[in-house]
Amino acid sequence: MSIVYKSINQIEGPLIFLKNNHKVVNGEFIRIKLESGEERNGKVIKITEEFIIIQVFQGTDGLALNNSEIEFFGESFSIPISKDMLGKTFNSLGKPIKIGTKETIKTEIIPITKKNINSGQINPFARDFPTEVIQTGISAIDGLNTLIRGQKLPIFTGQGIPHNRLIAQIVSQAKVLTGEPFLIIFCGIGIILDDAMFFMKKFLESGNIHNIINFINLADDPTMERLIIPRVALTTAEYFAYEEDMHVLVIMSDITSYCEALREISLAKGEIPSRKGYPGYLYSDLASIYERTGKIKDKKGTITQVPIISMPNDDITHPIPDTTGYITEGQIVLSRVMNKKGIYPPIDVLSSLSRLMKDTIGKEQTREDHSDVANQLYASYSEYIDVKSLQSIIGEESLTEDQKAILKFGDSFETKFINQNFNENRTFYDTLNTAWEIISILPRRSLIRINPKFIEKFYIG
Amino acid sequence: MTKFKDIGHISAIYGTLLNVKGFQNIKIKDLVKIKNSNILGEIIRIFPDYAVVQCFEDTENISLYEEVINLEEPLSMELGPGLLSNIYDGLQRPLNLIYKSVGSFLQRGVEVPPLSREKKWEFFPLKKLGDKVVGGDVLGVVQETHLIKHKILVPPKISGKISFIVSQGNFTILDNICKINSNGKDIDIQMLQKWPVYINRPYKSKYVSKKPLISGIRVIDFLFPIAMGGVVAVPGGFGTGKTIIQHSLAKWCNADIIIFVGCGERGNEMADILKEFPKLIDPTSKRPLMERTIFIANTSNMPISAREASIFSGVTMAEYYRDMGYNVAVLADSTSRWAEALREISGLLEEMPAEGGFPAYLPKRLSEFYERAGVVQTLGNERSEGSITLVGSISPPGGDFSEPITNTTKRFVQAFWALDATLAYSRHYPAINWLDSYSNYTENLIRWWKIKDIDWEEISIDWEECRSITNLILSRENELKNIVQLIGMENLPLDQQLTLFIANLIKNAFLIQNAFDEIDKFCSPRKLMSMIKLIFILYNKSKNLIKSGGIIDDIKELESIEVLNRMRYSIKNENIEEFSNIKKKMIKELEELGRKYEERF
Repeated sequence: MSIVYKSINQIEGPLIFLKNNHKVVNGEFIRIKLESGEERNGKVIKITEEFIIIQVFQGTDGLALNNSEIEFFGESFSIPISKDMLGKTFNSLGKPIKIGTKETIKTEIIPITKKNINSGQINPFARDFPTEVIQTGISAIDGLNTLIRGQKLPIFTGQGIPHNRLIAQIVSQAKVLTGEPFLIIFCGIGIILDDAMFFMKKFLESGNIHNIINFINLADDPTMERLIIPRVALTTAEYFAYEEDMHVLVIMSDITSYCEALREISLAKGEIPSRKGYPGYLYSDLASIYERTGKIKDKKGTITQVPIISMPNDDITHPIPDTTGYITEGQIVLSRVMNKKGIYPPIDVLSSLSRLMKDTIGKEQTREDHSDVANQLYASYSEYIDVKSLQSIIGEESLTEDQKAILKFGDSFETKFINQNFNENRTFYDTLNTAWEIISILPRRSLIRINPKFIEKFYIG
Repeated sequence: MTKFKDIGHISAIYGTLLNVKGFQNIKIKDLVKIKNSNILGEIIRIFPDYAVVQCFEDTENISLYEEVINLEEPLSMELGPGLLSNIYDGLQRPLNLIYKSVGSFLQRGVEVPPLSREKKWEFFPLKKLGDKVVGGDVLGVVQETHLIKHKILVPPKISGKISFIVSQGNFTILDNICKINSNGKDIDIQMLQKWPVYINRPYKSKYVSKKPLISGIRVIDFLFPIAMGGVVAVPGGFGTGKTIIQHSLAKWCNADIIIFVGCGERGNEMADILKEFPKLIDPTSKRPLMERTIFIANTSNMPISAREASIFSGVTMAEYYRDMGYNVAVLADSTSRWAEALREISGLLEEMPAEGGFPAYLPKRLSEFYERAGVVQTLGNERSEGSITLVGSISPPGGDFSEPITNTTKRFVQAFWALDATLAYSRHYPAINWLDSYSNYTENLIRWWKIKDIDWEEISIDWEECRSITNLILSRENELKNIVQLIGMENLPLDQQLTLFIANLIKNAFLIQNAFDEIDKFCSPRKLMSMIKLIFILYNKSKNLIKSGGIIDDIKELESIEVLNRMRYSIKNENIEEFSNIKKKMIKELEELGRKYEERF
């Protein structure tokens, strides 16, 4: 039932123009077959009475006006999905591949369903407010910036900071405490091969591989595909969350590559650029990805997103992290300074935030003292930063006893609480107990953020 | 469908824009509908042979030559009983009913009427046969919720003699409840009325209010107050607490009706407020706060053209309730997302961009929104007053207030609550920066605060004087802060140490407020005045102590200081008299300290 065009009228950047000769629908998915046998894909982005304008995902290099066949199927881009996908790796078109050779492999994936990659938006009224935790086994996250099922919590990082190790650690350790089915979808957007190999190796070592699905777009893959791959990954996530009742954690690295692809295509289409050349719709476009997170009233499964954003030049006000921060429910910021100090994970606690944790943590989900402990750690650590700068001006001798205690507190907070091994998987209890060891460095009376009954119960000494 | 005869055909599709050929009778801003998929759109340009349509939903799977119907009217709100406690999208589609009919995900072209056609409301007529009425007169009332009496008004521009009116009974919003004979012609009146969103509803006159909108947030009510009918902008980078301030206002401010417009923001935030609101109880009437609230939710992933309409939809509903004589607050979160929608559409139209890529008409559109605020004398023969207060949050990119939206908005608002990332990072909430924020309403409100003031013989200054002293102390602190960094606290003169101590007390015991604390979340005017006056009594007495050789550390050690630090969450609004006890104890402690010093010398 497909219709085939044999000639192109005009080629401009990633766009091809065909003479409009049939009833085409907007957003339709097309296939281009080159004489060489190579296949490419594209999408109808504009229809006029004269032309059909198609955006080619893999670029137009090597295309001529009459060396290819363009095939229309009358439907928009959808991918096959099934439970056979568990433990496997796919490219941006949802085809199983082998990383390293990039070859698509023939495996027995029998699709249960086909899904359009642009699902409808969740009705705000259908949303249920997220109130259950995911344990990552990392104190700085679990203790101070708890990840909640249905939350979108990005990691802001920079080049040279070991965010890949952190991702690998999260992937191998993350779990829900209720024993419900849990799935991790890893979506690599424009990542280099070395990193991809690193992830594959670490995921394999985690012993968790059958609960992981990978979608990989490598740095030398077509940029246009970067715009599809997060949507492919999320469409898969939606299937497993809402139809298979699983809790799905989607990790996407790196959103900066996605945004750069968006900019490239936008400029090629001749759109008016906004900040730093990024299109004016960067916010809405990112929202259409991030907002596919959540918990829905009548469904058991949830979708949680941890996108990784490498901040160009470590600048948190750059349009990508800035726009992201306005959409996501908090952020985890990695810091170069902490990394230099040899602290892993190098999380900058004070500028990190999880907006959804306050309604969740506590007796039922973690432990009754969690909220007070987190507040006290925040307050005392921010005091530590002030005292530290004071110390560098007036010297340690002129500090009061309380201030000296704060210094001691802050140092062990960094080295014992935030700092942990790559293989160290701490439970919420471990995290909170470690926190009390450190809090107990401070005199009891200075713990103004903690309810006295918890001090009674947990204070050491 | 026989009503609409003007039909066109799609001749081009690009993004959410269509070119449509063949319309006979269209005007700019008229609505059209794609026949097969029910997708709505708006005429935004007209050329000799075709018109450009901006669709309110995405255009995937639409093809050329599909039929488009001209609906021959601009985007309008349905107004009538049943609006309250509802949740709509930017085009007034009821999201709760859509959820019931199509499930968790939104679908294109779903048609559900905003107000129930079947529900019967008990109508109490207030006019009788033969009465002469003009636009704005109250024909009768409907108890819409326990909190709100919905007045059915004669639509603006209609006047005449009542030739028919129903007696008390139950009616749907489509039933004819009244006929007005105007120039020999009978006009049928129903409870359902429509009004175009981009046109201001008329009123007799507009003026400035002398009453404040009480937010229950101390830093606002005390330092940067707004008047009823005022306009305020709340700019702040992410994580500075804009949404929490908006939510607090929605929950506790003293307006009669709240319209909360979630414009291009997070879905989970809407889920939060929708989960919380039905449980919140109005302290005076003991009824759920939902009963005075309308939600408009157009989250960031929902279509942008509906986002563009959403704040005007909200303000149109607000004007309707204002005309009944109510004080309405419209909380728009966030106007930046609205402006971005404007920019996106402008980009699609390939208009020449001005600053930041925004269209050159941005200031005009912003002022059209903000100028719909104010206190008015409503139409009609009965003298009645209603108001709209607008609070718009702004999300400046990078938290930089020099960007076009913040800057342009500043020209149209009278109060400005600048949220500060540094305060937010140190968990000082509400993070309203006291040096950058301002309010031009204070002068009008002095009299109101005089009436609410508490009468203590130890201190004779009023709200206005308290404000100016506080401002003085806080700005003095800002100067001294840097000096302390260099030379250390103990090297400052004693009076400056005292200023710093009092400034800290004002910040920690007074300005900080916990929106989630059962007691602290709302502070009544009298509690506010008690708190600040206690601090000033301490300040005055301490000054004297220092003169007689006292030191700051002794004062810091007093039990009363801890009591002051705790008073915001330990004393309820109802128990104002407790402040007198604290005051007595504090004065006693200070006097004892004074005697100790006398003995020493």
